[in-house]
Amino acid sequence: MPTAEEKFVDVACWSCAAPVVHAQLFCASCGKVQPAHSGADYFEVFGLSRKLAIDTTSLEREFYRLSRRLHPDVYTRASEQEQNWSLRNASLLNDAYRTLKEPIARTEYFLRLEGVEIQEEGKQASDRKNPSRVPDDLLEEVFELNMQLEEMRMTRKTGDDDPDLRQDLLTAKQQFEAQLAETDNFIQQLWQERDEALASNFDFGDQIKQRMVAALDRRRYIRNLVRDVNETLDT
Amino acid sequence: MAEERVIGIDLGTTNSLVAFMYNERPIVIPGEDGLNLVPSVVALDVQTDPTARPTVVVGNGAHKSLMLFPDRAVYSVKRLMGRGAEDVQDELKLFPFRLADNIQSGEVLRIRLGEMEFTPPEISAYILRQLKRNAERYFGGTVTKAVITVPAYFNDAQRQATKDAGRMAGLDVLRLVNEPTAAALAYGLDREKEGIIAVYDLGGGTFDISILKLQDGIFEVIATNGDTHLGGDDIDNLLIALAIDDIRGDLGVDVRSSAEAIQAIRKAVIEAKIELSSADSSRLEVELPEGHHYCREITRVQLEALIKPVLERTIGPVRQALRDSGLTSEQIGEVVLVGGSTRIPAVRHVVDNLFQLAARGKKPHTELNPDEVVALGAAVQANILAGGSKATEDMLLLDVTPLSLGIEALGGVVAKIIDRNSTIPASSTEHFTTGVDGQTNVAIHVLQGERELAKDCRSLARFDLKGIPPMSAGLPRIEVRFLIDANGILHVSAREQRSGKQAEVEVKPTYGLTDEQVETMILESFDYAEEDFHVRQVIEARNEADTILAAVEKAPQHPAWQQLSAEERTEIARLDRELLGIKQGDNLPAIRQATEALDKATRRFAELMMDQAVSSAIQGETMESASTKLGQGPTAPHEIAPAEFK
Ligand SMILES: [Zn+2]
Repeated sequence: MPTAEEKFVDVACWSCAAPVVHAQLFCASCGKVQPAHSGADYFEVFGLSRKLAIDTTSLEREFYRLSRRLHPDVYTRASEQEQNWSLRNASLLNDAYRTLKEPIARTEYFLRLEGVEIQEEGKQASDRKNPSRVPDDLLEEVFELNMQLEEMRMTRKTGDDDPDLRQDLLTAKQQFEAQLAETDNFIQQLWQERDEALASNFDFGDQIKQRMVAALDRRRYIRNLVRDVNETLDT
Repeated sequence: MAEERVIGIDLGTTNSLVAFMYNERPIVIPGEDGLNLVPSVVALDVQTDPTARPTVVVGNGAHKSLMLFPDRAVYSVKRLMGRGAEDVQDELKLFPFRLADNIQSGEVLRIRLGEMEFTPPEISAYILRQLKRNAERYFGGTVTKAVITVPAYFNDAQRQATKDAGRMAGLDVLRLVNEPTAAALAYGLDREKEGIIAVYDLGGGTFDISILKLQDGIFEVIATNGDTHLGGDDIDNLLIALAIDDIRGDLGVDVRSSAEAIQAIRKAVIEAKIELSSADSSRLEVELPEGHHYCREITRVQLEALIKPVLERTIGPVRQALRDSGLTSEQIGEVVLVGGSTRIPAVRHVVDNLFQLAARGKKPHTELNPDEVVALGAAVQANILAGGSKATEDMLLLDVTPLSLGIEALGGVVAKIIDRNSTIPASSTEHFTTGVDGQTNVAIHVLQGERELAKDCRSLARFDLKGIPPMSAGLPRIEVRFLIDANGILHVSAREQRSGKQAEVEVKPTYGLTDEQVETMILESFDYAEEDFHVRQVIEARNEADTILAAVEKAPQHPAWQQLSAEERTEIARLDRELLGIKQGDNLPAIRQATEALDKATRRFAELMMDQAVSSAIQGETMESASTKLGQGPTAPHEIAPAEFK
């Protein structure tokens, strides 16, 4: 990783020698694609400061604008070198957009960028091996749900169905889905807190980040419960 | 030379096509037989001289072999692209593929054709070469660059196999485009539509569903799903099974082992199937070997009941794509139908139900021929890649990878590194380390698929990271970058971060060909068959010359000849002799020039002939017989456009 000073040193465009700001993927002056900067983070790719509340409509507009400049389709007839840069920069742009447009992926990415260790949402395979700790307030509901799930699995194994139990599970699933939505709202609230703290130069940083990690853990836990219900009911 | 042309190719399971943007419109380029569709059938000529190398026949010519010499012909080879012996067992039960006996696990398949063996990419290369030639014939010049379409749900190995086929055919494949996306491009050319569209593509052997967002010329695929082994072929197989059962029951004959009988039945059921798209009932009639005759009536209602399970298999992928896109079916503004099988009324019914089209006062789009729309879209993308034109200047396609990419972790589980429906190019950087002191190699297993266990996903490749500097266990930090390019094909690079050393990545594609293998296949298949484009052009130019020479030879017998002046006749005779001499050599521009000169000199004669024909028509002859008399006059339009030479 480049140091903070290195990050803000401008380089010259390889083609027209105009200064190119760090993380700029093509030259503002001549439009040519630039060598990929390995240090650029996803916020920088979009010219954004590291804020969590993002207007996704303008993010999409910017994504389209940058895609028109960087996509490999535009470089089919360019030199091999430019084709490689375009491939690298376009994938960086796509990775950045994919991450920033999704609230959870964005939050996780932000925390990693800030050096916070978190379990990653995408790596579902490991979830089953190491289930996160049950959030305290959910202990009772989770216990009840697991009993019902087990019963349903046994019933279904014999090829039967139990309409009452199915209904109970669907009701439970709805409750958990509501909690999921609540957690999402809470995470967005934490974004606001953090962005405001940043703006006012007031350092609540670590405390907010820890609350984000906890909220993400909780969310992951509930999401896995909903998934288990879906799988058991085969919906 | 003329500016570089990039052609668009639809390499289909049943039929293949080549298209090109001409005057801001995509058009399909017909073959020598004047037909747009080239059946994806490849056959070996029957040898009269056993020492000669057999000739490969493609398309309608090969179709005849399919009936007469089924062991020398192959169709639907797309089903075998990028697949191993283990995963084609089901196809082998349904399709008359004859595999070589000694194929090892993980090895590329080889298909027996007569006394020879070919890999699926080689068979596809023959089809591509035919399309390339059709285009070259049309342009009168070489074609080396192409966009080829693939099913959206094709995995990495299937895509790589298609790209290899292009290379073997002498084509630089600039881009693989997903078939439903290509269809969307073809439709999108005419409209400045904004909104969400779904493309339902049921072809000969594959099914795809893609959901796209259109905005200011950007075609952004939001989600795609499908089944690479679901299509019209499956419907045919159900009908064939029905006929085989009938024949056994009614006639007491078991035709299952007779390739000829199966081919005859196949042909008959396809005809019946097509008829049933417009008629309520059809007659299935087959002449079987040994004088047996099979005949039955089949109604549309019967057909629909029979194929219902096949059509229902499209529902799951559609629902999944909708879920992945976060949209409900009511939010889909337009639905585009692609693929010959969407002509079946029952298919349209399924689509209507899925998207509640009729209920919303909508109809699916079928304005563009469902057999041609993918090729037309490929031509649009080819035009974009060639630098674009007025019609395509704002168009940009942002496609996705259909399947999640993962690596095998401890315990055989898959850790996802790039999720399905990620816009491509897409990348992911992962870190690996060693488990034993001094370890210099790390093995990585890359997979594609949605399941949690490695054994349930498709193995793409095993990479060996070599040359890691010996260190204590856990100390090396190897950064591996996985990148899916705009064709949906995976690339891997690695670096040991502590030493900064580029680790060597040795890619062993699970069902793929190595670069070296592809190279030898280019040589083996096209050694002299491809030969020189020049030679072929000379032959074609001589044929053209012969046509005009034959016409001039007959000219004095026509009354119009007497109307020419003596000078005109002398000039024609002189140019005739000159062309006769020049066409013996192989100076292509000279042959073309001399042909052109003779053509010009005889133009007035042709006009006179035309006048006489018309006046005789007025005198009571029908126009038809008059034009028959006209025949191929010296100025008969040349099918081959003159080449542009500097
Ligand atoms: Zn510049």
